[in-house]
Amino acid sequence: MQPFQRLTATACPLPYANIDTDQLIPARFMKRSRAEGYGGYLLHDMRFSGEGSEVPDFPLNRPQFRNAQIVVARRNFGAGSSREAAVYALVDYGIRCVIAPSFGDIFASNSVNNGLLPARVEEQDAEALMRHLESDGAELTVDLEEQSVTAGDRRIPFVVDPVWRMKLLNGWDDIDLTLNQADAIARFTVEDAARRPWAAPHPQAR
Amino acid sequence: MAQNPSGPRTLFDKLWDSHAIVTREDGQTLLWVDRHFVHEGSFHAFNKLKERGAKVSRPDLTFGIADHYVPTRRSGRTIDPAIQSMIDQLERNTSENGVLLFGLNDPRQGIVHVVGPEQGLTLPGLLIVCGDSHTSTHGAFGAWGFGIGASEVAHVLMTQTLWQRKPKRMRIMVEGALAPGIGAKDIALSIIARIGADGAQGHAVEYAGSAIRGLSMEGRLTLCNLSIEAGARCGMVAPDETTIDYLRNRPFAPAGGEFERAAEDWLQLRTDESAQFDREITLNAAEIAPVVTWGVSPEDALPITTMVPDPETIPDSGKAAQVRDALAYMDLKPGQRLTDVRIDRVFIGSCTNSRIEDLRAAAEVLAGRKAKVPGLVSPGSSLVKQQAEAEGLDRIFQEAGLEWVESGCSMCVGMNGDIVQPGERCASTTNRNFKGRQGPGARTHLMSPAMVAAAAVTGHLADVRPLIEERS
Ligand code: SF4
Repeated sequence: MQPFQRLTATACPLPYANIDTDQLIPARFMKRSRAEGYGGYLLHDMRFSGEGSEVPDFPLNRPQFRNAQIVVARRNFGAGSSREAAVYALVDYGIRCVIAPSFGDIFASNSVNNGLLPARVEEQDAEALMRHLESDGAELTVDLEEQSVTAGDRRIPFVVDPVWRMKLLNGWDDIDLTLNQADAIARFTVEDAARRPWAAPHPQAR
Repeated sequence: MAQNPSGPRTLFDKLWDSHAIVTREDGQTLLWVDRHFVHEGSFHAFNKLKERGAKVSRPDLTFGIADHYVPTRRSGRTIDPAIQSMIDQLERNTSENGVLLFGLNDPRQGIVHVVGPEQGLTLPGLLIVCGDSHTSTHGAFGAWGFGIGASEVAHVLMTQTLWQRKPKRMRIMVEGALAPGIGAKDIALSIIARIGADGAQGHAVEYAGSAIRGLSMEGRLTLCNLSIEAGARCGMVAPDETTIDYLRNRPFAPAGGEFERAAEDWLQLRTDESAQFDREITLNAAEIAPVVTWGVSPEDALPITTMVPDPETIPDSGKAAQVRDALAYMDLKPGQRLTDVRIDRVFIGSCTNSRIEDLRAAAEVLAGRKAKVPGLVSPGSSLVKQQAEAEGLDRIFQEAGLEWVESGCSMCVGMNGDIVQPGERCASTTNRNFKGRQGPGARTHLMSPAMVAAAAVTGHLADVRPLIEERS
């Protein structure tokens, strides 16, 4: 996984609350293989009209935000389904950080597993960042080491779970950490079978 | 193990402690997973497994179910090749790994969150995961169920474990008696309207209080199912006699004397007297009316007796803009009475409301009446379908003019092609009224099965209570 340390890039305001995973990637695109890339489906039904042409005033379609690698949105970003495809769509489009006042829990952990930083800021700071992007220039710097977002001469702190921060900074993958625990897992299963004999599915039902 | 067996603990603390394998200094805990359900959408995770040259580590604890993409009109029809390939892929992935699959032609097939409980795979005290956010449903049994993404699914497939940080604990008490015609869906939507679609984010929720105790297992499943729509990590109800009665003689549950011994353990799974929650809220059951959603988030819910909100009267400009946007998408007018909203179709189904009690509640309203709009009824599992047919419910639906089809996720998410047409308005027993959820441009109003039946026979959003009273 690609580590995330510090990023200066174009940022796009998405002034909507509750951008759910069905918006991030509509279900009908989820049959496709990841190898084809999911970036084209990101926020598909908001970015494109029914006839497939771009909606010109949708933020990601506006010239100054076209190459965004950061988005700033309102509360409850990524609510809804557990579809990791919502994160694939963002990542494949080129987004590396989402800044919002709150995130759907499953979306946030999926993000971290794909090197995408979910940065939590105060509601008024999200509003201020979106105003800045509209009027003062479309660039932000996100520093994960310092946990700050810089917009012009203004610096705003953000919050991220410390464990997620370490994972992102180092590009760590959980599996390797877990495989080191093989002995502890083996011990647990033996003790657990004695403690909760009823936990196994009844074999005769198969 | 991060365990303090001497202090008072909540139900969630007990579940957490009994699954913790190791806790790191930073608080991340490796947890043991008791049941893992996979479906057609799990192909990303199986591909990750293949990339690593790995196999499923505990096929005996992993169960496959075809539900998200399955056609609901099956006999004598050819299946869309793209959909067929999703189903084939699941068959290959499960059979190559020795995982039991409730496939398209298995008599036990159905929606994962209906089949798990029905088969006795869901038991109190278990940690259950699935690559589907409504895995919170299984908490109805005093289990800990939560949805995970594809990377985590791959992790569980490979190790039968998962790293988590302990969520905060929240208790939602619902006290008193529900009025006739009011059910678990109305409770859940009332909670979400009150605390918001992110109101329980980062929390494990326990539902308690006399109104919850009074719910059947079906009702508790509906309630826990919707926990995720309040943003909760999971939702649960402590096991009691209702739970034990439901589980007796379920195929995968312990049998005979083992069952009775298990039941003793299960009844211990409850919050200790003086255990602390991080947050508590209480609702008065008597104040809960039949609820419908008007907007594009489950938090946009109101009693059917009220009116569409007016953004001009909302002081917070961000919130007002959100309401304006929702009303534009839903084609509703501020101040319009909810009962004046005409509908184009109805859907009864999904893991939220497709169990036998849900079908009975809808059929009770529909019996001897005609639906003014077309609609689809998709039972939650093939066994629910059989049971409903044995009770003659299928005839009631069909005589009312609704289509009775096979089991699957169907119009909840539209992946199998069952969609609401652009611009159409659907009264639906599902769980998400997100833009485009039931199809591009579809307008969804969430409500209970009885309320959907009332909408069907009147052609508009309607209060079911007079329709029930007319009968008695
Ligand atoms: S019925 Fe809907 S919510 Fe339930 S598992 Fe299927 S798609 Fe998910």
